[in-house]
Amino acid sequence: MARTIIPFGPQHPVLPEPIHLDLVVEDEKVVEARPSIGFVHRGLEKLVEKKDFLEFVYVAERICGICSFIHGQTYCQAVEAIMDIPVPPRANYLRTVWGELSRLHSHLLWLGLMADGMGFESLFMHSWRVRERVLNVVEATTGGRVIFGTCKIGGARRDMDAAAIQNTLAQLDIIERDLGDITKVFLNDSSVKRRLCGVGVLSRQEAYESGCVGPVLRASGVAQDLRQLGYAAYPELQMEPITRTEGDSFARCAVRCGELLQSVSLIRQALAKIPPGEIAVKVTGNPNGEIIMRTEQPRGEVVYCLKANGSRNLQRFRVRTPTFANLPAMLKLLQGCELADVPVLVLTIDPCISCTER
Amino acid sequence: MPYFEMARLALKWALTKPPTTRYPFAPRQPIAGSRGQLVYTRDGCVYCTVCAKKCPTGALQVDRAQKRFILDRLRCISCACCVEICPKNSLSLSTDHGVPVASKEDAIYGGG
Repeated sequence: MARTIIPFGPQHPVLPEPIHLDLVVEDEKVVEARPSIGFVHRGLEKLVEKKDFLEFVYVAERICGICSFIHGQTYCQAVEAIMDIPVPPRANYLRTVWGELSRLHSHLLWLGLMADGMGFESLFMHSWRVRERVLNVVEATTGGRVIFGTCKIGGARRDMDAAAIQNTLAQLDIIERDLGDITKVFLNDSSVKRRLCGVGVLSRQEAYESGCVGPVLRASGVAQDLRQLGYAAYPELQMEPITRTEGDSFARCAVRCGELLQSVSLIRQALAKIPPGEIAVKVTGNPNGEIIMRTEQPRGEVVYCLKANGSRNLQRFRVRTPTFANLPAMLKLLQGCELADVPVLVLTIDPCISCTER
Repeated sequence: MPYFEMARLALKWALTKPPTTRYPFAPRQPIAGSRGQLVYTRDGCVYCTVCAKKCPTGALQVDRAQKRFILDRLRCISCACCVEICPKNSLSLSTDHGVPVASKEDAIYGGG
């Protein structure tokens, strides 16, 4: 049968960000997908040579618009580890709360996009309605809606007083109730199940061998969540990785739905245990050394590699983002799929292209 | 009843007041603590240039000799570094995010 190449992207209704795929199809079946990226490369890693290491937090936060806080947090943790800076416990709890709020709004954004991708417009609107409430909590506690700007080397830049904590807890009650409503639809609705169940099955072995991370890996049955490594305040909070064994698009959706409620629980635990005290320590001197720091972003594991030479500017900065790790799995999923399933399969890994290209 | 989850949700919100507002007829209520645009108060400013040195984006220029304070609002990221460092409390962030401008020059505040 004759093969045809269908271009998919960089501008496509289901793609929030630009990635191009050449889909080699035989009839309606995709036999190969050839990706090309590089449409939104900004050279942020090179910028580290010009920016002061204290100011680079703002650049690190802007690597991604959705998981911005955790990018900033990972960068700060890396520099703090090089310089051996003891972060105050209260700052660690604040970072955990904001990190989980970041995960909440990222997963809600993805659920909305996924509902939109399968033509379920009303569910898309409901997901984003809940996300709006999360963003309001973020704005009230950090001052920003997407770029939080509250992480700094040595601690946090903002504190949460008792009133802010009470307000956050009150909002979390409403958010949890609304999450219950929309996750029931995602997990039980027959049209969602027909669109997602059995589509893009990735076995445990395939997911592991492809180097998948985050919800994609956990949906295939591998219980790996870097929050269990014990950074920030996570060692003092109760959490178990949310896993599924089916490995299909529905399982990836279900893992994210489970993680939404897990994040609400983690925020509640953190706010209940948050200790009083300082939120930042003074940073003196310049970093000198090399380190690899890993944290769990909403999309999966992010790896930061920093090299410093004792000056105000870092020598080398490298980021491996979760989407970069999940791209090989996405290409594997696309091989042999129906052309109509391509939008769902591309969305299912929660691609963040600006993260990937930095 | 798993089959009627969406119908139940749709019915609930059909009978509830819409969460959206009629923007721009009903302006968005600012949230306390939001980092909006930078507000400069000339009284008390000693033009020490500390804010300009701390600004991570180079949005601030301070000329001590001519007593001029220039702020490029399009470069400002409302990070509040200058607000934290200002020894005379001449800078603050409002919850207002400002209005759009037609040209880049309109966004430059030179209130010295």
